[in-house]
Amino acid sequence: MRTLARRRPRTALGWRPLALAALMALSGCHVEPWVKPYERDHLADPVMSFDRNPVSSVYTDHVHEVREGSRGATGSAGGGCGCN
Amino acid sequence: MIQRIGILILVAIAILVRSAVGGVLPEDRVDVLLHSFDGGGVTIQGPSVLVRKQFAQKFSVSGNYYVDKVQGASIDVITTASPYEEERKQWSLGLDYLHDRWMLNVGVIDSEEPDYSAKTFSFGVSQDLFGDLTTVSLGYSLGHNEVGRRGDPTFREPMDTQSYRLGLSQILTKNLLLGFSYETITDEGFLNNPYREVRYLDPSSPQGYSYEREVYPRTRTSDAASIRLRYYLPYRAAIYGEYRTYSDTWQIKGNTFEIGYTHPHGGWLFDGKVRFYDQPRGASFYSDLFPYANSQNFMARHKELSIFSSQDIRLEANYDILKGGWKFVDKGTVSIVYDHMLFNYDDFRDLRVTGLAPGTEPLYNFDANVFQVFVSFWF
Repeated sequence: MRTLARRRPRTALGWRPLALAALMALSGCHVEPWVKPYERDHLADPVMSFDRNPVSSVYTDHVHEVREGSRGATGSAGGGCGCN
Repeated sequence: MIQRIGILILVAIAILVRSAVGGVLPEDRVDVLLHSFDGGGVTIQGPSVLVRKQFAQKFSVSGNYYVDKVQGASIDVITTASPYEEERKQWSLGLDYLHDRWMLNVGVIDSEEPDYSAKTFSFGVSQDLFGDLTTVSLGYSLGHNEVGRRGDPTFREPMDTQSYRLGLSQILTKNLLLGFSYETITDEGFLNNPYREVRYLDPSSPQGYSYEREVYPRTRTSDAASIRLRYYLPYRAAIYGEYRTYSDTWQIKGNTFEIGYTHPHGGWLFDGKVRFYDQPRGASFYSDLFPYANSQNFMARHKELSIFSSQDIRLEANYDILKGGWKFVDKGTVSIVYDHMLFNYDDFRDLRVTGLAPGTEPLYNFDANVFQVFVSFWF
């Protein structure tokens, strides 16, 4: 008797990202920090802050967002509109 | 797209469930800011006050009150309506909770203006990984908006929006930081402006064209991804850059480039940057001039949906005050930020110029001056 092989449904990205995620989650592998805590004084300097003044950056994002077609991925969670 | 979001979330959750070192709560601070935008015939001013305070060693609460007072008449208003004044007030409240290896945050934002109300709830989680070299964050927001129309109390249209965010901050070297953000936003409901109109050719009109109301699709989904780098220079200064790419289901495409420099000197901290925004493709249903009335199912003449570009030059200065502290205040700064912005539209014509054949008017452009003055105290 002939058996029919079941075809797995195809997805856009397949199972690989999930397998990779599961592997990362379960492996518990230890990553040795290549920049030691005592080498991070430059990174802790205020000149290196991505968002030194949140009250100002939220306002600036709003100024741009209402005048451009683009939106999102600015790092701040907006709200409201004032767009019309 | 839902499958893509699902996989992204699963990957991020899988990373987050790995053991790692906990994060740090944001600093306690108060900021009082006055802002002013003047350009394109419109003036928008108001205050913004942000307060953040830790308590019980694991929590940090923040509150923000923000006002936009709008006066004047933009190019849309000059050509199709009357000048107006209105005020938007926005409250927001946020709570961060640091527990072991997790940082959780929840927030609510309430924005009210006479013809528009918006409520947004947000939730986020972040965690430091790999010896604090990496910070991964996930966020979700749900917003409900009610769109009204002045002079028509019966007009009330809902609009709902959802946002999914993924963020990554990475220490690359002892002098170089990388940040990555990805955000998908979906809107559903009444998405157009209840006042704005499109124009169409009308030989029976003395000016050669007439107006009718805009009609937008009732859904929109957008994807944006940005990458930013910040590099510490050998003489205590920093150079930074950012790139963002954007696309959506209305066929809009946008690219943002930014490069800047931060330089401290004595009690001063100076910052300067340039930002370029390019929108090489507008909405598929946008036109500056439609061929006749009701020529399409969806029609827009909103200049922000057209093809255009803008440039922004910024100068910023911060000065340290209360260096030795005062009572419960540890330190303070006074800051001033100035932006000069230029907008050049490639498919939006200036209808203040009359006497020309429709579609041959000069292209519209304007510049704007934006000021922010604020004081900040850490305690």
